[in-house]
Amino acid sequence: MRDADGAERALLAFLESNAEISNSEAFARDLGVDHELLAGTIKSLHGFGFIEAKDVRRESWELTEEGLVYSRNGSPEVQVFDAVPAGGISREDLQRKLDDSVFSIGFRKAMSNKWLETKPLVSRKVLKVEDVVKQQLLDVKDGKNLSAADIDALKKRKLIVPKVWKAYSITKGANYAPTRTKAATEVTREMLLKETWSEVAFKPYNFQALGQPTEGGHLHPLLKVRTKFRQIFLEMGFEEMPTNNFVESSFWNFDALFQPQQHPARDSHDTFFLKSPCKTQTFPEDYLERVKTIHEQGGFGSIGYMYDWKREEAEKNVLRTHTTAVSSRMLYKLAQDGFVPKRYFSIDRVFRNEAVDRTHLAEFHQIEGLICDKGLTLGDLIGVLNDFFSRLGMKKLRFKPAYNPYTEPSMEIFRQVYPLYGSYHEQLNKWVEVGNSGMFRPEMLLPMGLPDDVSVIAWGLSLERPTMILYGIDNIRDLFGHKVDLKLIKSNPICRLGM
Amino acid sequence: MPTVSVARELLHTMLGRVYTQEEFDELCFVIGIELDDVTTEKAIIRKEKHLQENEADEDEEVIYKIEVPANRYDLLCPEGICRQLRIFLRVEKMPTYRLSRLPDSSILKMIVKPETAVIRPFVVCAILRGITFDQARYASFIDLQDRLHQNICRKRTLVAIGTHDLDTLQGPFTYEALPPSEIKFIPLKQAQEFTAKELMEFYKSDLKLKKFLHIIEDSPVFPVIYDSNRTVLSLPPIINGAHSAISLNTKNVLIECTATDLTKAKIVLNTMVAMFSGYCDEKFEVEPVDVVDPVGRVTRYPDLSLRTMDVDLSYIKKSVGVPLQAGEIVDLLSKMQLTSKEIDGDKIQVSIPPTRSDILHPCDVMEDVAVAYGFNNIPKTRPKTSTEGRQQPLNEFSDLLRLELAMAGFSEVLNWVLVSKKENFTLLNRKDDDKIAAIVSNPRSSDFEVGIKSPLFHCFVNSLAFQVLRTSLLPGILKVMEHSKDVPRPVKVFEISDVVLLDPSKDVGAANSRHLAALYCSTTSGFEIIHGLLDRIMNVLNVPVDGYTVGPSNEPELFKGRQAKIFYKGSCVGSFGIIHPQVLKNFDIPDPCSYIEMEIERFL
Repeated sequence: MRDADGAERALLAFLESNAEISNSEAFARDLGVDHELLAGTIKSLHGFGFIEAKDVRRESWELTEEGLVYSRNGSPEVQVFDAVPAGGISREDLQRKLDDSVFSIGFRKAMSNKWLETKPLVSRKVLKVEDVVKQQLLDVKDGKNLSAADIDALKKRKLIVPKVWKAYSITKGANYAPTRTKAATEVTREMLLKETWSEVAFKPYNFQALGQPTEGGHLHPLLKVRTKFRQIFLEMGFEEMPTNNFVESSFWNFDALFQPQQHPARDSHDTFFLKSPCKTQTFPEDYLERVKTIHEQGGFGSIGYMYDWKREEAEKNVLRTHTTAVSSRMLYKLAQDGFVPKRYFSIDRVFRNEAVDRTHLAEFHQIEGLICDKGLTLGDLIGVLNDFFSRLGMKKLRFKPAYNPYTEPSMEIFRQVYPLYGSYHEQLNKWVEVGNSGMFRPEMLLPMGLPDDVSVIAWGLSLERPTMILYGIDNIRDLFGHKVDLKLIKSNPICRLGM
Repeated sequence: MPTVSVARELLHTMLGRVYTQEEFDELCFVIGIELDDVTTEKAIIRKEKHLQENEADEDEEVIYKIEVPANRYDLLCPEGICRQLRIFLRVEKMPTYRLSRLPDSSILKMIVKPETAVIRPFVVCAILRGITFDQARYASFIDLQDRLHQNICRKRTLVAIGTHDLDTLQGPFTYEALPPSEIKFIPLKQAQEFTAKELMEFYKSDLKLKKFLHIIEDSPVFPVIYDSNRTVLSLPPIINGAHSAISLNTKNVLIECTATDLTKAKIVLNTMVAMFSGYCDEKFEVEPVDVVDPVGRVTRYPDLSLRTMDVDLSYIKKSVGVPLQAGEIVDLLSKMQLTSKEIDGDKIQVSIPPTRSDILHPCDVMEDVAVAYGFNNIPKTRPKTSTEGRQQPLNEFSDLLRLELAMAGFSEVLNWVLVSKKENFTLLNRKDDDKIAAIVSNPRSSDFEVGIKSPLFHCFVNSLAFQVLRTSLLPGILKVMEHSKDVPRPVKVFEISDVVLLDPSKDVGAANSRHLAALYCSTTSGFEIIHGLLDRIMNVLNVPVDGYTVGPSNEPELFKGRQAKIFYKGSCVGSFGIIHPQVLKNFDIPDPCSYIEMEIERFL
């Protein structure tokens, strides 16, 4: 038996002096190699253009198990005929001499061939019979051709079944050569050392296929966008606030922000309260007293909310509903340490006990920026918002009056959405809300002890929303939480907000 | 934000011209309300009845649904919205709300009994004489009460409004608090008499009213208002009596507001009378009621007097950032229902009508100047504040480590802080000793469970009594793996985020701790890969090989003999090991995993 290399050499050599190999199967048989093996060689040679191979389909016949047995032992009708002695035999004795199946098939067949008769002993009617069926079966086995009628008869007796053969007809190809050197796929160190690289034939590279995937790890899409926002704040001179405190007292989360104790946001339907640790024990008492006064009776020019402020409400611990809770701590600290102008920012988690849907989760990330200085104006707020959002690629902003308990004025920030390549017609001038902003109320700042000419301008937005728009994600659970698709994390592009 | 429905036709009539939807949208934007939806009466009914959205008639009346700011109670009805828009557009001048001049003896009295102090101490009243209702006005009158109840009244806990046909009643009235079994009357929409005790039982199956029962349910006495014939006006805050029910034909309306918060009761009463006195024969005139408190002090309601506030002009100019003249400011304020005049010392004196309870401080006046001027007309300026950008060291440090983990071939996940107690403890083979985890008292149960297929889940589905703040990053990462069964192995993920631990040294009693966690999952556990990651982390943290040690551990979520604690400078900073097969089963993870979790703040 030859191996594949031998078969290849023989094939190419044959074509050197012959125009065609009409049937690869016969060629394989002549070579004494398995056709399967030769087929592999043919495909490879065809792929490199050494040969031109065409499919040849051929139907041939194969013996069934039954047919195989008869080809060895003779057909059952002949076996039955041979078992009948010259003097005849009783049917029962004859049956005993033979296999059940041989007897039942062979006896019926021998009778219909009129080889035997029963009168009543079974006896020969002819002197000699020829086992044609056995010979036909042997011919099929050797791949010889039979007449259509014979094939039909054998098929009916389920002695043969059709078998589809796939073979090739072969001619010289465009790149024919009597021998081939194996095409290389890589430039190797050996080629460089031996300087054989110029002589080696290279396998054409399949540019339709993808390359090999890279093996490194991947950063989370939401945090890539967080990185971008952090950079923008840092470039604009903002200092990051420490926001690693998810558990907060109602005092810092609400009361310090002049948010009245009956405000709906303080409802259990909006805010997560804590069972453990259920309350905060220590506050700056003098400041707490000033906060109580501003809520109950007003002061610093305000009439206050005029209700009974309760310390127990302020003590209740919550999962912070906004990072502004941290801003209030920072501004209070700033007042205690001695006021200096500040630009602060933070991006971290906040928690809302609200209905969860495709765009809302119980926790999300809030982006917050604020500037604290003397003499800040609403014009400054509008100016800094334009600077901030233009770095995200949002050049045109508009502001809408809004209500927020701790800012006055309060402005909702809208950006213009431009039509995408004229693909939609009706929303040519659509404005979409992108965040909230305002100036902190004096009732929040002055009890902290900040000088009375200090203003704070601030704004906030969620991190999830711009990320979902940027990456075309329409269900927030695909972005944040355990139902995220790891493939999304791998395939997600760099964050080019504003680039 | 509350939403108010206003018929488009009415708006156009009131505003004196037809607005296209875009024009009206723009007007809303400028003044700070929002055209939220455009619909029709029939479409609303179809929606309520869940009918198909078919065959809308051409002639159906178009309804604008308008969102209004939560602190502008005067905008909670079409009357108030139209009035504000007309004044803003200078179609109408500010109305002056006034009390009718009556001799003291003719003024009706509401006498408050001392027992009310224990349950609902305050009541304020007013009368609208000679009112003319029609279908739309009547509906608006009812709707406004609903909206006030929903918003400022905090679902009737702070204030509850009752309105009555005064002609069916005989003053003076008494506001009392009596044992429920002693109060007996026919309530609104019912034909038979109930005691208050029976009513509480009866309304338990009433979808609308059952929400209010808790406000008085446990009190030994219930608040109740009687007239001089012992007719029950109302059982606040639950229901009015049938006897004094108002109708389209009612001419004289008594409004009573009972409350636990007097300030809000006054605002609610003022809002009601300011909005509907416009339909009285004497426009914007309200008849007062004298409320006599238990010690005999008399207070006359409603208080429609104007509040005054002196505001520095320089404060307004400096805050808005536009050099406005005094006259301009006075003019702008008049568009916002605030009359003002220039007074000495570079100030204006602003008169605040009873409808503008939202004005607390000069900053609210300043905002109205800015709104009337137009936010979008204010020139942009740049704050001159000079500062330096600076990161929180912990965040900068975390970001550097995140990059290292990604470069080491791990992909980042980001999980929720809120997990179920089972996920944080039982499913990790851990015991909850109530000493480490912060617990939420009002959790939302559906959002945090492990997947439905997890075998242990079924017994927990109805018993998610508590949610906790994760004390490790493990439950979130295991849930990621539960949802990543079809991701080709090996899977390598990491998270650097905060967990929350009880901490008595903090004012709030709990503190965040930043953790690093990484997991390897494949057909084999890959313990040495996670071990190698530990070495790599220590390498990038510049901790020499002899600067940290690993020692035996017995963590229940990890596999025995394939786990270790990590020690740095004498204390344990985390552990690593093969995840315990039972834990994998609990989270329905078919493949073995190795895991490392450590605190990182100590390396900062």
